[in-house]
Amino acid sequence: MSPLLLADLTVFTLGLLVGFEVISKVPATLHTPLMSGANAIHGVVLVGVMLLAATISTPAGYALLAVAAFFAAMNVAGGYVVTDRMLAMFRSRG
Amino acid sequence: MSAFDTIVHLIYLVCATAFVAGLHLMNAPATARRGNQVSAAGMGLAILTTVAVLIEGRQIDTWAAWALGVGTAAGAVAGLVAARVVRMTAMPQLVSLFNAVGGGAAALIALGEHPATTQAEVTGVLDVLIGALTFSGSLIASGKLAGRVPGRPIVVPYGRLISIGLAVVAAVTAVLVVGFDGGTPALWGAAAAALAAGVLLTLPIGGADMPVVISLLNACTGTAVAMAGFVLGSTPLIIAGALVGAAGAILTKLMADAMNRPIGAIIAGGFGTGDAVAVAGGSGSSSVREITADDAAIQLAYAGRVVIVPGYGLAAAQAQHEAVALAQALTERGVEVEYAIHPVAGRMPGHMNVLLAEANAPYEQLADLDESNPGFPRTDVVLVVGANDVTNPAARRPGNPVSGMPILEVDRAKSVIVIKRSLGHGYAGIDNELYSDPRTAMLFADAKAGLGALLAGLSTYAR
Repeated sequence: MSPLLLADLTVFTLGLLVGFEVISKVPATLHTPLMSGANAIHGVVLVGVMLLAATISTPAGYALLAVAAFFAAMNVAGGYVVTDRMLAMFRSRG
Repeated sequence: MSAFDTIVHLIYLVCATAFVAGLHLMNAPATARRGNQVSAAGMGLAILTTVAVLIEGRQIDTWAAWALGVGTAAGAVAGLVAARVVRMTAMPQLVSLFNAVGGGAAALIALGEHPATTQAEVTGVLDVLIGALTFSGSLIASGKLAGRVPGRPIVVPYGRLISIGLAVVAAVTAVLVVGFDGGTPALWGAAAAALAAGVLLTLPIGGADMPVVISLLNACTGTAVAMAGFVLGSTPLIIAGALVGAAGAILTKLMADAMNRPIGAIIAGGFGTGDAVAVAGGSGSSSVREITADDAAIQLAYAGRVVIVPGYGLAAAQAQHEAVALAQALTERGVEVEYAIHPVAGRMPGHMNVLLAEANAPYEQLADLDESNPGFPRTDVVLVVGANDVTNPAARRPGNPVSGMPILEVDRAKSVIVIKRSLGHGYAGIDNELYSDPRTAMLFADAKAGLGALLAGLSTYAR
């Protein structure tokens, strides 16, 4: 195993643990926005698609890139907006 | 590492911190919206930083830049429009759709990047398999929720045999990629097998199991994104993917526990397809007591404490506004009102809460299973609207399809009114013993019409 892989694995494992710790405290009332908000966070895949773009130089590659960019941008933009719309509805009494 | 690279890495660290802080703020309704905004700010910063990386690197060619730009713009517009126009009752299918495209994008990253090192090959295959499976699986789930694909469990002939075949294909392609430098063609083979498996796994799953399935698919997308991060050596993807994977895993477990069904059984599907034996102890449907809307309204008006139990029927009839209007009218008369919400009520985790919030129910009135159950014995009237199996007292006895499932113990209240269209069975395919309880009265109506009639009765007879 390369040092790089070990570092990545460490980050992944700690990320999982932090995720469990933070999310297990979310109340049932907020489960839908939580899921939708988490959905928006995996829209970070757009960053990956952008990094991929630097390595692509074939027509098939361009087509794949455009589709991937479409998917990822839809995920990130729609995810945050719809979560915000839901959370704006949660009001306290009065 | 150049100064530029160092700064980029530090900014990505700030973004990852924003994601964690944003999720942390989601612990309470009062701060949740700010949490989502913090998370979105981190995302914006990550994207802008990556733009700077692309400009600084000067490696991207003109066509790739156009493909990226046009794809991103079109996707952003599509996402924004969908997010703006969606009705709250259609939320589960939209969240599922966003989950699908996220998984699809993650799979495409590994298909576009020609894996060079063994590490990239292993994580690339995992990315393609998980990403493609969650893409097709989430699309089918979204279609089922939207009613475009039949919501009942669809049994595929020889489904199990085909699944095994697909698993073998996936394993062979994985070995080809990692062991024999099979490269891109083998990866596309893996993608095809995973796409087919996603369809095959989701089709047999029935509507009421959807909260579990959506949560599980969400966890899969998170994992796929993290794998894409391994392929590209990108820390923000790994961290964000791990966070989402954890969120999905927790919700999956909560939902499966709330149904008292192992996750494996839910994936195997076919629940409620008719092989379940009715066990209602022979009481039958003849002994139920009917009530008119006016009588029910009077009963509610002179109660001290009323609990409303919403279920999927409320969402299907889009009756959330009527339910909240009734609760407000009762509150104004001095009646103590609470909503008791079962974790798997509706089609996704927290579905009922979002609908009631849309109709302006204050979140202090929304109680979960543990909060509401101790209150039932001192409740005068429980109003069950479109919920069935989650109130069935048969769950306390062994030997039937709902045995051991945590239920809302509405039968411990002084009286119960059930709004329901007919005496039809719920998802589990058995009689609900609550309906033949002498303290229960049935108001046969669609949720929206029934609640509307109660409101009208309240304003006529209870001045």
